[in-house]
Amino acid sequence: MRARRLRGLRPRLVVAFGLVATAAATTTGTLTFREARTGVLQQSQDAVIRQLRTQVSQRAPELGFPPDRSALQRLASDVAATEGQGHWRVLVTFRKLSAPSVPGDRFEELTPAVREAVGSSRATVFQRVRRDGRTSLVVGMSVTFGAPDGRHLASGVQVFLVVPQTTEQAYVDALVTAVERALVPALVLAVALALLAARGVLLPVRALRHATRSIAEGRLDTRLAVNGSDELADLSHTFNETAAALEASVTELREMEARARRFAADVSHELRTPLAAMSAVTDVLDEDAARLAPDTATAVRLISEETVKLARLVDDLMEMSRFDAGAAVLHLDEIDLAESVRRTLATRGWSDSVQTDLPAPDALRGRVDPRRLDVVVANLVGNALRHGTRPVRVRLHARDAAGAGRLAVIEVRDSGPGIPDAVLPHVFERFYKSDSARARSEGSGLGLSITAENVRMHGGTVRAANHPAGGAVFTVELPLRRDDLSQENPT
Amino acid sequence: MPRVLLIEDDRAVREGVTLALRRQRHDVVAAGTGEEGMDRLRSFRPDIVVLDLMLPGMTGFEVCRGIRAVDQTLPIIMATARGDEVDIVVGLEAGADDYVVKPVQARVLDARIRAVLRRAGGTSAGTALPKIDTYGDLAVDRAGLTVTLNGVPIPLAPSERRLLLTLSASPGQVFSRQQLLEAVWEHDYHGDARLVDACVKRLRTKLDEPPRAPRYIHTVRGFGYRFAAR
Repeated sequence: MRARRLRGLRPRLVVAFGLVATAAATTTGTLTFREARTGVLQQSQDAVIRQLRTQVSQRAPELGFPPDRSALQRLASDVAATEGQGHWRVLVTFRKLSAPSVPGDRFEELTPAVREAVGSSRATVFQRVRRDGRTSLVVGMSVTFGAPDGRHLASGVQVFLVVPQTTEQAYVDALVTAVERALVPALVLAVALALLAARGVLLPVRALRHATRSIAEGRLDTRLAVNGSDELADLSHTFNETAAALEASVTELREMEARARRFAADVSHELRTPLAAMSAVTDVLDEDAARLAPDTATAVRLISEETVKLARLVDDLMEMSRFDAGAAVLHLDEIDLAESVRRTLATRGWSDSVQTDLPAPDALRGRVDPRRLDVVVANLVGNALRHGTRPVRVRLHARDAAGAGRLAVIEVRDSGPGIPDAVLPHVFERFYKSDSARARSEGSGLGLSITAENVRMHGGTVRAANHPAGGAVFTVELPLRRDDLSQENPT
Repeated sequence: MPRVLLIEDDRAVREGVTLALRRQRHDVVAAGTGEEGMDRLRSFRPDIVVLDLMLPGMTGFEVCRGIRAVDQTLPIIMATARGDEVDIVVGLEAGADDYVVKPVQARVLDARIRAVLRRAGGTSAGTALPKIDTYGDLAVDRAGLTVTLNGVPIPLAPSERRLLLTLSASPGQVFSRQQLLEAVWEHDYHGDARLVDACVKRLRTKLDEPPRAPRYIHTVRGFGYRFAAR
């Protein structure tokens, strides 16, 4: 996540803008600096050399030949004195004699290379020397005589000048600082611009991401605001069109499904009244059947039996419709779960045909809808008795699930061949028949679907599997405490 | 022969139920509307009313309240259509003793009618309990099946009286809703606990219990109800 963030659009833009700004500022600064430095130094250097040459030309003739030490000393002092602020240090040499303008000055800036160059050339020699962090200009020249034939003869007198270039250095330093200072705002500006540009791109991208996620979470009415007419706006527009199309088709599908469900609900509803009349008289039919002619009796019994089944089917359909409509309500009550299971079996006369493994009385209490739990257990056990092989075993225990708190686990296992793998994923589907050729079963075909819905209402899970030792196992897990979802019974 | 007043708007259901109940040896009078039912109430003097909640004109609830306005003790069984969850609670609060969900087989309805009538008749036979138990202002006559509060008789519907008799027979003992369903309504363990809750509510109202601090019938959270002898 972190690595992805660093490779994101925003850091990339910032880095790119920063690099461009740094490169531009550095290049401009470097070029400017070099030109300016050259100009500044050249100018000051030329001025110094010109002044020195003028002074030496003026004062050299006063020098006797061969000059003595004091004459050299005087020349040095005089030349040095021409520069008002006393920055000049002058050294005059003649063969072995040397005289500094300031007594005791050792002229360490003066390199042998300069001395040699001055000795061998009549041109003015200069060198910039950096010593102890200070830059000095060293100028050296030979004093020549102008011979009558126009030639210049070396007198052997050499004049060296050392001028500290602090002012120039400060000038140059100021330039460097200026460039450096310019770089920082340029960089800040670049980053700011980069962030702004990134924002311009990222905001729509982020909006798009949120919108996509929102759609994925099922909020199909999500739309983006389309601003401007750039590529991102085009994308947003396309997104909106796609979302609208998706919403339309999903809405249509839902409406179709809702219509189908409403139809099922309406049909069951309409069947109730005639069924109520028919159900009321089945007992009369059963009672009198014995006294009727055999054929009539058979017909009457058939009608009676099928009426009961039809009533049960309509009952299940109504229940299913209520689940679909979200109209099913939990009436929670805290009960002893083992007692509930025992009673479910006893009411239906299954106590002898089912082996039970139940906790002690009151050892496992939970808030459930007792009537729905009864339906769950009855459907699973009924299913096992009908489709599996006896013995059928019912086991109830509790376990602690990570993050889900304490769960009640109800296992219903038969001893038959189990459920074919191809059938397993479909056992909770409505009207699913594992064998399409098989005759109508005793149940409505909705029993396991209703079981699954009832378990789901409790926030639990139900699954079907085959036991390694044979037989199908249905496992229901119900959370024991659901205070947040509990619907209080009126007290 | 129990006299049953059946109030049911659908002709086929009315005829079917009437026929079946007569076969179960009930004396049945059927009414097609709530208004007709109320008229029959006075002329027929039934032992029990079987009342469809979905009626044109005067609704089942209105009939129920109308009956309770003139007779606090007449047993009423509602017949509701499956899926009308809210109706059940409203009907019970209007004063019905029990309910059946249509479609219902005749023998189921018959069993319910007889169970309610047993409640109206008396407690378990051969009682050796003292005749009158007194709990504060409340006096319960177990032989005469009357309840008085500060000496004033309280008219109780059969379920309410049976519930009070059951609870007060063992003061301090907690009864779960399931136990009460079995003991009072003769339903099975997995019956509708809302019957109990609604009946307790009606009983508390009749006993003039303070809403926040009931004196006689206490709710034990997570377990059920308990009668406190005070």
